[in-house]
Amino acid sequence: MSSTLLEARAIDKHFGGVTALRDVSLTIRQGEIYGLIGPNGAGKTSFFNVLTGLYHPDGGELIFAGEKLQASAPHKVARLGIARTFQNIRLFGNMTAMENVMVGRHVRTHAGVFGAVLHDRRTTREEAAIRRRAEELLNYVNIADRADDLARHLSYGDQRRLEIARALATDPKLLALDEPAAGMNGTETASLRELIEGIRKDGITVLLIEHDVKLVMGLCDRVAVLDYGEKICEDVPSLVQKDPKVIEAYLGGSIA
Amino acid sequence: MTPSSTLETLRTDKRIVIAATVIIGIALAVLPFIIGSGLGNSWLRILNFALLYIMLALGLNIVVGFAGLLDLGYIAFYAVGAYLYALLASPHFGLHLPVWVIIPAGAALAGIFGALLGAPTLRLRGDYLAIVTLGFGEIVRIFLNNLNAPVNITNGPQGISGIDPIHLGGFTLAKPISLLGFTLPSLHAYYYLFLALALFIVFVTIRLENSRIGRAWVAIREDEIAAKSCGINTRNIKLLAFTMGASFGGVAGGLFAGFQGFVSPESFNLMESVMVLCMVVLGGMGNIPGVILGGILLTILPEIFRHGSGPVQLAIFGKILLDPEALRMLLFGLALIVVMLYRPAGLWPSTTRRREFRGDSTNDELKAGE
Ligand SMILES: Nc1ncnc2c1ncn2[C@@H]1O[C@H](COP(=O)(O)OP(=O)(O)O)[C@@H](O)[C@H]1O
Ligand SMILES: [Mg+2]
Repeated sequence: MSSTLLEARAIDKHFGGVTALRDVSLTIRQGEIYGLIGPNGAGKTSFFNVLTGLYHPDGGELIFAGEKLQASAPHKVARLGIARTFQNIRLFGNMTAMENVMVGRHVRTHAGVFGAVLHDRRTTREEAAIRRRAEELLNYVNIADRADDLARHLSYGDQRRLEIARALATDPKLLALDEPAAGMNGTETASLRELIEGIRKDGITVLLIEHDVKLVMGLCDRVAVLDYGEKICEDVPSLVQKDPKVIEAYLGGSIA
Repeated sequence: MTPSSTLETLRTDKRIVIAATVIIGIALAVLPFIIGSGLGNSWLRILNFALLYIMLALGLNIVVGFAGLLDLGYIAFYAVGAYLYALLASPHFGLHLPVWVIIPAGAALAGIFGALLGAPTLRLRGDYLAIVTLGFGEIVRIFLNNLNAPVNITNGPQGISGIDPIHLGGFTLAKPISLLGFTLPSLHAYYYLFLALALFIVFVTIRLENSRIGRAWVAIREDEIAAKSCGINTRNIKLLAFTMGASFGGVAGGLFAGFQGFVSPESFNLMESVMVLCMVVLGGMGNIPGVILGGILLTILPEIFRHGSGPVQLAIFGKILLDPEALRMLLFGLALIVVMLYRPAGLWPSTTRRREFRGDSTNDELKAGE
């Protein structure tokens, strides 16, 4: 059995009277594709936000690659190796696709004001490396031809891909994707699936929130189901599909 | 576009850039002589002020245009630079430090003030940030107004006069400089100094814009949450924007004090902050050529209105109906409204520039629909 990459211990999160997460514990192993599903409002995105440091949890802790994640420090979470995409795409709309990915390299590079102004050798080298890596990643997600277009001018599917490229640019150990197939058609979803499988092959662990049940069941090694903020099931896809609690949560068996 | 034609365009682009640089360089070099002999010294002074305002606008552009942080108290940094010069090079304290000490010190001190302003406002955005920065600008001005008792530091509302003119390597810029049988008038000398520093600031800004730091600023402007998730320490990067922007203001302030020979708190009121902000917004936030254009237009147009409206009224109506000073602000306000209505992104916004550079200004919709 491979080693644990992420361990969430008893995470709680409330918004006023609403319980978004209650006592959620889960373990993600190195190298797997881990699915997180559940009806709308179940708390999936909230879990992502707690995980990536955007929300402060009301209880519990997260252990990532042996280190305790500091709450409310998203940039430190990124540095430790967790990258994410957003359910409502959050690109830098008035930057080019290329620049978006280059921003992703920020956390792995060092140039400061003096380097930027003086263009010393280290800075120019670093800048060239940033550009090269960004080109590679645009290629990797198949949108190299849109490199110089503003992100907001990209098609919806390309924006989703660009967000993944930007996330990959941070050299993550864990890539968390929040409904990447939302709004995609069949062909787009199929190629997204290939992309995610490729990412896993490259050694990056994937945490996937997805509504497209077929995609989740086909792609994930293990799946956890959230309902009203609680984890009601965690297992391999074939068993999750048969779990009565899951079927009930999805209102009478529409899951398979 | 085929690869070979792209290369072709690149090559012609390069030639055009070189040609343009040479032409602009010559134009900038002879400009003070043309204006000085054609329009007189008052316009030469206005030209020098345009250069100072370009520096200010470029500094504020880092905060507002790049990082997207609305700052209504920016003129405070200009004040810090100006007063530092006034205190370190005038009879007020009897200090007469050289300019190459004072200007960098002014940049540094203004930068520290920038960080001081930035630190408490890091969590604020939009309207709230605007209010706090506005307050900051006023506080600095009020301090300058009142720091004359119990110890007289700023000389209060009277301001500080008799400030040393700028000296450079044994020459004072206050008098005509004779060199190799050629005489350079004072205003011209100031022009070249200001031009050199303005070009330096343009250079620094361009370098910053195309750097890891510059991208981080724009990323914060575009989406702060996404920027954080990309690993950007938004607190530090925002503080850096405040500091850098403020330091440009400090440089301009020092030059202003040396040029003017006199500083007083009323030169640094809210209207001045608003004016610089207008230069940034009107020119095209975040786009360096646009901001420079904004700085030039908003320095020169009000002066044209001021100088021109009297004679024009005399010619048309035979008498002056409206006070030129009032008319100036009226026309200025009108111009702002018109520009914001018809070109909300400014006269020269950056996205247009990008598309122009690629030569496909019209087919964006087409491409999106491909
Ligand atoms: N920032 C927030 N403020 C208030 N309530 C929130 C916030 N974020 C999420 N919630 C609430 O938490 C619950 C879980 O939401 P979310 O995590 O977005 O669910 P999912 O992603 O599974 O659809 C919902 O009831 C939602 O309204
Ligand atoms: Mg969600």
